[in-house]
Amino acid sequence: MQIEEKLNILADAAKYDVSCASSGGTRKNSGKGLGNSHQSGICHSYTEDGRCVSLLKILLTNHCIYDCAFCVSRRSNDIRRAAFKVQEVVDLTINFYRRNYIEGLFLSSGIFKNADYTMERLLQIVKKLRTEERFHGYIHLKTIPGASEQLVREAGLYADRMSINLELPTEAGLKQLAPEKSHEEVKKPLDWVNKSMIQLNGERQLMRRVPTFVPAGQSTQLVVGATAESDKDILYTADRFYRDYGLKRVYYSGYIPVSEDHRLPAIGSHPPLLRENRLYQTDWLMRFYGFEVSELLNDDHPFLDTAIDPKLSWALRCPQVFPIDVNTAEYRMILRVPGIGVGSAQKIVQARKFGKLRFDQLRKIGVALNRARHFIWCADSVLSLREPSPMEIRQRILASQAYRFSPTQLSLF
Amino acid sequence: METYVFDGSLTGLLSAVFIAYERRSDAVKVVSQDRYQPDLLGGGIKIDADSRQADRVWKGLAKRVGAAGLNTFYAAFLGEDAQGYQSLFDLSRAVFDRGGDIMEDFGNVQLLFVSQLARKVHREKHRMEAFVRFQKTADGLFTSFVAPDYNVLPLIRRHFTDRYADQRWLIYDSKRKYGLYYDGDSTAEVEIEFSGPTGKMRTSSLPENVLAEDEGLYQRLWKGYFNHTNIAARKNTKLHIRHIPKRYWRYLTEKSDLHL
Repeated sequence: MQIEEKLNILADAAKYDVSCASSGGTRKNSGKGLGNSHQSGICHSYTEDGRCVSLLKILLTNHCIYDCAFCVSRRSNDIRRAAFKVQEVVDLTINFYRRNYIEGLFLSSGIFKNADYTMERLLQIVKKLRTEERFHGYIHLKTIPGASEQLVREAGLYADRMSINLELPTEAGLKQLAPEKSHEEVKKPLDWVNKSMIQLNGERQLMRRVPTFVPAGQSTQLVVGATAESDKDILYTADRFYRDYGLKRVYYSGYIPVSEDHRLPAIGSHPPLLRENRLYQTDWLMRFYGFEVSELLNDDHPFLDTAIDPKLSWALRCPQVFPIDVNTAEYRMILRVPGIGVGSAQKIVQARKFGKLRFDQLRKIGVALNRARHFIWCADSVLSLREPSPMEIRQRILASQAYRFSPTQLSLF
Repeated sequence: METYVFDGSLTGLLSAVFIAYERRSDAVKVVSQDRYQPDLLGGGIKIDADSRQADRVWKGLAKRVGAAGLNTFYAAFLGEDAQGYQSLFDLSRAVFDRGGDIMEDFGNVQLLFVSQLARKVHREKHRMEAFVRFQKTADGLFTSFVAPDYNVLPLIRRHFTDRYADQRWLIYDSKRKYGLYYDGDSTAEVEIEFSGPTGKMRTSSLPENVLAEDEGLYQRLWKGYFNHTNIAARKNTKLHIRHIPKRYWRYLTEKSDLHL
């Protein structure tokens, strides 16, 4: 089989893994080798679906002994199969990198023969790139479920990021669609890698030469909309994994139907893109805005509101917190105002030292006033006789043109 | 109101700040030579770019605004914007008159303009780090043509020098007619006259006869990869174009229609 055909098949098979981050690496190009890490990562291109292309994302092979219903490479699926040789992956990575097409390699694989045999092949490739080609670009390596601890730990010496997918948010969902897999199989390698990272970081305080080990951390992926889990199920699982294994990222992947299976949405039905977007927004609120997951989702509110963003949704549920005076409030409270992001919040705290801020200044700083003005108090606020109710505020914001996710725009998807 | 005409260089603009204090000027309009149109009253004061004066101003700024502030100044200068020059000039004087704290006063219009211009320039810098596409020539030189919105080559020099330390490369700005050339050891600014009208090329592809033997293969592989990593069910053209505006397409191997 020609290399072009192989690349097309194995790129097709790898694309449902959504992670394409290339940030957080720390490698430098000190010895005149090839490549380095970019602090914030670089998206070299974008596909027509608007996703970032940062890494050469491929499977080593799409032959697989497993039969997971949601996966395009499952053994019962009648598709073309291919496999790269070790040297072919090395050559593709190096030649794409030298032309500035990519930040590095994202390497995953279907499982052939057994887990260790597959993991060993992946390890050979990354080892060759690092030691023979002196390649310092980014490498994201998938851990093969069931691979031995020794192989997983060794891979950590060469990879910038490692990941292994939970696939479904609950063990029950997994039993239904992928009975050969379990969350326990995923927890084990996440734990090995996390413990090694903590241990080596401890040693780094005391010793100068400690090997680099998965500097960009670990991540995982959850498929959304294949099974009936609520948003609460999904994000409580994510929250637990962030805490227990120190994950850098949890990715949420709206399920795209790839098989005729009565257990799954039919082929041709639309992937839940808006729901996916709301999950990411909530994930951000948990990681960068100081929200507890239970404030955003709980038994009274197990699903996110798709019509408005989760921060606005929370604010409307908590009218007793607002309005907040931007000229005196604490930074952490300003962060909680809908329409104010991290950048604007920081600028507000700096700028107010020079005088009381007015609405026009907030607008120039970058605050989305169509949302924020209902929740803040600033120098030129006018006292109104009657506070509008949360329901009225919601209506007004939805009616304002500037609100991107108004339901009338949904037809775009 | 006095009008200062400077030569368009950073040295010139900083000299203008120096002269403003020397002449004890009050309100000053600064304009670069290429944009200057003498009015009936004449009266534009020509500022000589003086590196000793500029150096004093630059060091004075450094002391007051720190390294991060200087980066913002430099990036905004590379924005090549008439109002940007004016804001930089006014902001510099404000820093000397009132102190470096002013760099945190985002209620100040000059600072806001300078920091927003600097941000645009940084975004363009980042785009160039992403969108440069090297084509390997037969003699092993990795070559790329770009036409960035702002003059960002000075800002991407370090990134490409660090990253591609073991290959010779050239990044040529066909709008501003100069490039960066790395010879395997160090990077220098070079001025090259191309016989073809590189600024008006429909694509940035080099003629096939000057390319390395495997260049065509890797361009085909990359285009194939680009198409196959797309998920058709998620098609979102609006988002796609927001990320890669059409003016960049002709420099991108995967977006230019010309097939090898």
